Amino acid sequence: MSKLSLITKGIIKENPTFVLMLGLCPTLGTTTSAINGMGMGAATLFVLTLSNIAISLAAGLIPAKVRIPSYIVIIATFVTSVDLLMQAFTPELHKTLGLFIPLIVVNCIVLGRAEAFASKNGVLSSAFDGLGIGLGFTLSLTILGACREILGGGSVFGLHLFNGGIPIFILAPGAFLVIGYLMVLFNMLKKKIL
Amino acid sequence: MEYISLIILAVFVNNVVLSQFLGLCPFFGVSSKVETSLGMGGAVIFVITIATAITYLVYHYILVPINIAYLETVCFILIIAALVQMVEIILKKVSPALYQALGIFLPLITTNCAVLGVALLVIQKDFNLIQSTLYGFGIAVGFSLALVIFAGIREQLELNAVPKGIKGMPIAMITAGILAMAFMGFTGLVK
Repeated sequence: MSKLSLITKGIIKENPTFVLMLGLCPTLGTTTSAINGMGMGAATLFVLTLSNIAISLAAGLIPAKVRIPSYIVIIATFVTSVDLLMQAFTPELHKTLGLFIPLIVVNCIVLGRAEAFASKNGVLSSAFDGLGIGLGFTLSLTILGACREILGGGSVFGLHLFNGGIPIFILAPGAFLVIGYLMVLFNMLKKKIL
Repeated sequence: MEYISLIILAVFVNNVVLSQFLGLCPFFGVSSKVETSLGMGGAVIFVITIATAITYLVYHYILVPINIAYLETVCFILIIAALVQMVEIILKKVSPALYQALGIFLPLITTNCAVLGVALLVIQKDFNLIQSTLYGFGIAVGFSLALVIFAGIREQLELNAVPKGIKGMPIAMITAGILAMAFMGFTGLVK
């Protein structure tokens, strides 16, 4: 598989949110606006790429029986670094994302890619795979966040579009409703493209 | 009285699934039958209550005194993983009947982000040990409650004619959205 297709497959064919339906908690919990969704996606992208690289390097050294706890420790290390970095450089975003940054540790996407891809493939392929899946995740979160921001507050990326808007879309129930309808849309699009 | 309102707050107002978005994977994964959702709910109540108490003690009596509080995420996830394994072994020996009932759900709990989420949340909120344990218990009860209600609805959904395009996951999401609206009615119940 070429390096480019490793990246593009994460965006449509194996889109983590709409196709694999993994990592739903941060997807729904942080997408109150487009920028928050993007921030969460970027943090996950960073952890995913680095942990994929580290795990594909370490895979040969770790005995098969203790591999899952070892992967979790590797992932948790990167998550802690991201947490501290964000606290230092983007304190506003860190505050809004709150609990969901440390919870990247238990995001099934990260552990899933470690087990399904990084432990069996080379360093470069693993890095591209992490990048691709991470980009797909970031893109879905940004779209979901943008939809909720437009419907709920009449703006996108903080840019004012119209007055009014239905606040329920920014609150908890809106997350479920918007992702439900986006999934329908994504399924329709996928049938047309493929 | 303070403790009762804390539990009500955890179960209804701050419902872990429908207002805080934690533990969504098991919420959608094991909610197709009421029976299995009861099993999962039982296992979650058991693990979260113990995990919250233990992580609280470890944080305040080990991590803080030796100044490595920033390692909480790494520590907590290891404690939870070990705890789940231990609970499984003990349960197998002490109560084979309960082990049979909870069996397959126990290992799944390690990756339930509600467990780690609650452990980190009570630290952030500066609760004491009793408050933390009760809050953890309440959150877990809230999770089970939402799970069982949702499973009941999904059993009914199976029998209805749902339009082809939104069958499966999309309709489950929309149902959860409406359920979340219902739970919003509890806002303001506890000051």
